[in-house]
Amino acid sequence: MTKPLSQRLAPFIFTIGFFILWELGCRLFKVSNFILPAPSVIFAAMQQYAWPLTRNAGHTLWMTMAGFGISIIFGLAIGLLVGSSKLLYAGLNPLLVGFNSIPKVAVVPILVIWFGVGWLPPVLTAFVISFFPIVVNVATGLATIEPETEDVMKALGASRLDIMWKVGIPRSLPYFFGALKVAITLAYVGCVIGEQNASNLGIGNLITRASADFNVPLIFAALIVLAILGVFLVVIVDMIESRTTGWAKRSGFGG
Amino acid sequence: MAFIEIENVTHTYGGQAGASATLAVEGLSIKVNEGEFAAVVGPSGCGKSTLMKLATGLQFPQEGSVAVDGRKVDRPVKIAGMAFQNPVMLPWRTVLENIMLPLEIVQPHRSLLREKKAEYVEKAEQLLATVGLKGLGQKFPWQLSGGMQQRASLCRSLIHDPKLLMLDEPFGALDAFTREELWCVIRDLHALKKFTVVLVTHDLREAVFLGDRIFCMSARPGRIIAEREVTFPRPRDLEITYTPTFADVVHELRSQIKSARDPQALDPQALDPQAAGAAA
Ligand SMILES: Nc1ncnc2c1ncn2[C@@H]1O[C@H](COP(=O)(O)OP(=O)(O)OP(=O)(O)O)[C@@H](O)[C@H]1O
Ligand SMILES: [Mg+2]
Repeated sequence: MTKPLSQRLAPFIFTIGFFILWELGCRLFKVSNFILPAPSVIFAAMQQYAWPLTRNAGHTLWMTMAGFGISIIFGLAIGLLVGSSKLLYAGLNPLLVGFNSIPKVAVVPILVIWFGVGWLPPVLTAFVISFFPIVVNVATGLATIEPETEDVMKALGASRLDIMWKVGIPRSLPYFFGALKVAITLAYVGCVIGEQNASNLGIGNLITRASADFNVPLIFAALIVLAILGVFLVVIVDMIESRTTGWAKRSGFGG
Repeated sequence: MAFIEIENVTHTYGGQAGASATLAVEGLSIKVNEGEFAAVVGPSGCGKSTLMKLATGLQFPQEGSVAVDGRKVDRPVKIAGMAFQNPVMLPWRTVLENIMLPLEIVQPHRSLLREKKAEYVEKAEQLLATVGLKGLGQKFPWQLSGGMQQRASLCRSLIHDPKLLMLDEPFGALDAFTREELWCVIRDLHALKKFTVVLVTHDLREAVFLGDRIFCMSARPGRIIAEREVTFPRPRDLEITYTPTFADVVHELRSQIKSARDPQALDPQALDPQAAGAAA
């Protein structure tokens, strides 16, 4: 599957174009650096604060992966459980939906009370915010096994565990990876929220400190670093996905 | 005692009563002896697939009893190989892996699979070759045509040497020549392995050529309205399908099915607007 050159270059052209427009807008309308700094100012800030940005970004990345890892383990476990039993599905669904509806920012103060300021609140915020889509998608993948496929397995005398192992899990993999793409960005957001409120390190914390100093270019520099890292994380998940579940993308639709 | 004994069975889909309930079969009785080749014919929607599911324990009847191999069927029977009306392949497995699925589940193959992997792969590939899919084992099922998938699903039903073979319109999507080739494949396998076969088909020639006993079902709710033994000696040659006696049997069955359809038979006049206008 090779895309035409124009399609391969499009992301770069559009990104560069976006920054050029931004720069031109700032210069044309003489927007103050205090309101919306031009990209050139932001890149200067990025250079000036290169080391703090790198160090804190590394920390944020690490915390995000930790939270994401926990949420994969829990999300898979709960998702498999919920998806394989109608009773659990019916019973746990309202609980999970209710839990998911709580804005996670509201949970951070409780985490601070429990664990104090440090690395735990960001990791846990990343976890609680990102495990729900994994649970829901894995459960959906399992619960929507076609009755015909189930018949094929049952006619061979397969146990529930066999059906789960040979059909349920492979079948929910595309759902699982779809969820991972959502979950990784959520985990990342959760982590930054946690850092802003309850950490002495990380990009989130850097933003809190920069805003206390009214250092707007630094805030924007941090935001751009966040965006770059976010894209990077999604690309990694994408790559893993396309290696493991190519069979699910056989239609040309949207391709 | 017969190998398959279905007695006075009534089965409803979608709950016992209520608007969504469908009475699929009613007062259905069938007896198939061990080693026999039974063919089931009947109008579309009369409950043939339902009969297959009842016999293998994928559905349980509301009334009546089902027994296979001397045991009451109260869970999926383990001695059957089944080819469903749809091929139903697992899209993440190659054709070969799909065909070998039963070996991963049915004992004793399940425990032997690891040890004798090469042997089993060899067997699966041979089976593929007999149905004309030689060398396509590494493809994914969605890369095959509908008829090719059907043939692969036939292989899957045979791979674990089942005592009972249940085939639900396995040759439906095939051209006449491939179909006749596969008739001969099934005929030879049956002669060799002596398993019991239940074959659902819409093709009367197929039923008469392959079957020892033919069951005609009525329109829904399905029951058996005629049972006919076919006594052509075995091994049968494809040539017999062109003899007059063969044609007579097909003819007789045809008229039986025609009368079975009658309650809801298509009225040719309903398709003719002029005739309808004249009647009005
Ligand atoms: N899972 C199901 N839920 C509800 N109704 C069903 C279900 N399966 C079959 N039926 C109904 O039961 C009746 C018999 O269906 P069945 O599939 O056994 O017919 P069939 O004889 O195999 O038809 P065909 O020759 O077209 O395959 C049909 O009226 C169908 O609508
Ligand atoms: Mg059918």
